[in-house]
Amino acid sequence: MPKTPVADLIAGPVAPGVKKRNPIIVVDGVSRRFGGLTAVDVEHVEIPANAITALIGPNGAGKTTFFNLLTGFDQPNSGSWTFQGRDIGGVPAYRVARRGMVRTFQLTKALGLMTVMDNMLLGATKQPGENMLRALFRPTWRGREDEIREKAVDLLTRFKLDAKADDYAASLSGGQRKLLEMARALMSSPDLVMLDEPMAGVNPALTQSLLGHILDLKEQGMTVLFVEHDMHVVREIADWVIVMAEGRVVAEGAPDTVMSDPAVVDAYLGAHHDTDLGTLSGQLEVAKDMESDLVRHDLEEEAVADGR
Amino acid sequence: MNLNFVWLALGEALSPTTAAYALATIGLVVHFGFTGLLNFGQAGFMAVGGYAFAITTLKLDWPAPFAFLATIAAATLFALILGIPTLRLRADYLAIVTIAAAEIIRLSVKTAELTEITGGATGLNGAGRVFNELNPIPEGRYGFGVLTYTADQLWLRVFGWALVLLACLIVYLLIRSPWGRVIKGIREDEDAVRSLGKNVFAYKMQALIFGGILGGLAGALFILPRSLQPDNYGTQLTFFLYTIMLLGGATTVFGPVIGSMIFWVVLSLSDGLLSLGINSGILPLTTTQQGPIRFIIVGVALALLVVFRPQGLLGNKKEVFFNA
Repeated sequence: MPKTPVADLIAGPVAPGVKKRNPIIVVDGVSRRFGGLTAVDVEHVEIPANAITALIGPNGAGKTTFFNLLTGFDQPNSGSWTFQGRDIGGVPAYRVARRGMVRTFQLTKALGLMTVMDNMLLGATKQPGENMLRALFRPTWRGREDEIREKAVDLLTRFKLDAKADDYAASLSGGQRKLLEMARALMSSPDLVMLDEPMAGVNPALTQSLLGHILDLKEQGMTVLFVEHDMHVVREIADWVIVMAEGRVVAEGAPDTVMSDPAVVDAYLGAHHDTDLGTLSGQLEVAKDMESDLVRHDLEEEAVADGR
Repeated sequence: MNLNFVWLALGEALSPTTAAYALATIGLVVHFGFTGLLNFGQAGFMAVGGYAFAITTLKLDWPAPFAFLATIAAATLFALILGIPTLRLRADYLAIVTIAAAEIIRLSVKTAELTEITGGATGLNGAGRVFNELNPIPEGRYGFGVLTYTADQLWLRVFGWALVLLACLIVYLLIRSPWGRVIKGIREDEDAVRSLGKNVFAYKMQALIFGGILGGLAGALFILPRSLQPDNYGTQLTFFLYTIMLLGGATTVFGPVIGSMIFWVVLSLSDGLLSLGINSGILPLTTTQQGPIRFIIVGVALALLVVFRPQGLLGNKKEVFFNA
């Protein structure tokens, strides 16, 4: 699957919050505070449809909180956002999932004491047998059960978990659980798949196969938004990269160029990573940037005392 | 030596009280074993059911079938009151609220101001008579030896165990359905189930109501052969139900039945054996110590069971083996 050219994604000059030609998610003014800490404060961002977008940023940048907000697992203090043109702010998590926006978790949530097959079947939608009264009458749901079982077998085969179908999910390795979680999310045929650190704790061989699966999703017409720390992974599969730091979107761009954006370098390494803090001039420069009169005053006094 | 107590102990296996405990434990299995709801107030559901049945039959003169419907309605209402504020919170909150609610029920019905309705601390007597009006079995003596029952006693046993088997059948069908799959998923990780588009709160509520109704019906069944005593519904009742559940297997459908039978047979048998030992001077105990000793045996047996056979008698070892 070739990468989507940047020109096909954006409708304006590259900048944080740039308009997309075909956005699947549009976020406006979303903020989430935990006491005095503003974890997320996103003015405007759009996620392009039928593309793979990576959400990166240093630890504590608010990526997972942003994920939780978009998927209804957490409620923001303010803001609104749309999915496929429909407003889904404040919609409960299970309804968000039913609308075709399915997520996975940073800490894998395989349902350990259920079989791999049951995990998969649980991911399916429109199973009338999930209604308590109809559940008692097998003929009312057996047809749908056969359909989704067939789909589950297909997906498990694709993810090479078919041999494990009857094992408890707790017996799978960490990497296999990641695969299971992704396969389970696909049971509902979503439009948008949101993966929170899909590669964390996965060995390199399995990483390659996971990458292949993510690229497959795009080929099948789905949109992928994923959080990732490994820049090699991001460069290899992402069409577009959004960078968060301290709760804000600080940069957007193509994966090859975004890492040289000064805002991104600042976010990861600090704005003064080139400044030599061993010298007085360096310290003064930092103090000037911090707009701290107190620090500057101290340093100037120190300089006078040294007779310089 | 009189060994009648052995027969009487075996007769306990099919007594209406055993059936009532089995039914209440099936409800607990739905809550705890399959949905992962920490209900420590099943005694409260039994009390609500028992009082609903006794009050409607004795005070309002309702016929038994309507009284059973009232029992179901009261248990449903109790489940809603407990569930609406707590099911959105973490599992431990439900545990605290249910144990407190069960005690609130027990202490409230005992207050003197409610004596007109609830009978106060002495409880209510005679609900069984209304139930026996439905008895289709002709008068006579049924059974053999010490296990001979009147028509009313037999009718109560048939009815009680029919109710238990019906409950087993419904739970069996539900657990093997997609509905059962969703609630087992909630037991494992409710956020994962939510992320797959299931309304977790509604499912937990359905499970709480269903298991609560079984507990309520068990409460009604429990008072049919005896009078209703508020102090029968203390926290120890809930813990007997937990013992029975762990004995039979917390994630099994028929475990509660086997567990309840063994629990009552062993309790009755140990009573007989202890009194035999005391009367013949073998055991250095008094007859007043006899009762508590039985429950010490139950406690030790429960501890050994959890250590050496955590899955219970009927459970699947793998299901408790993993620490996922």
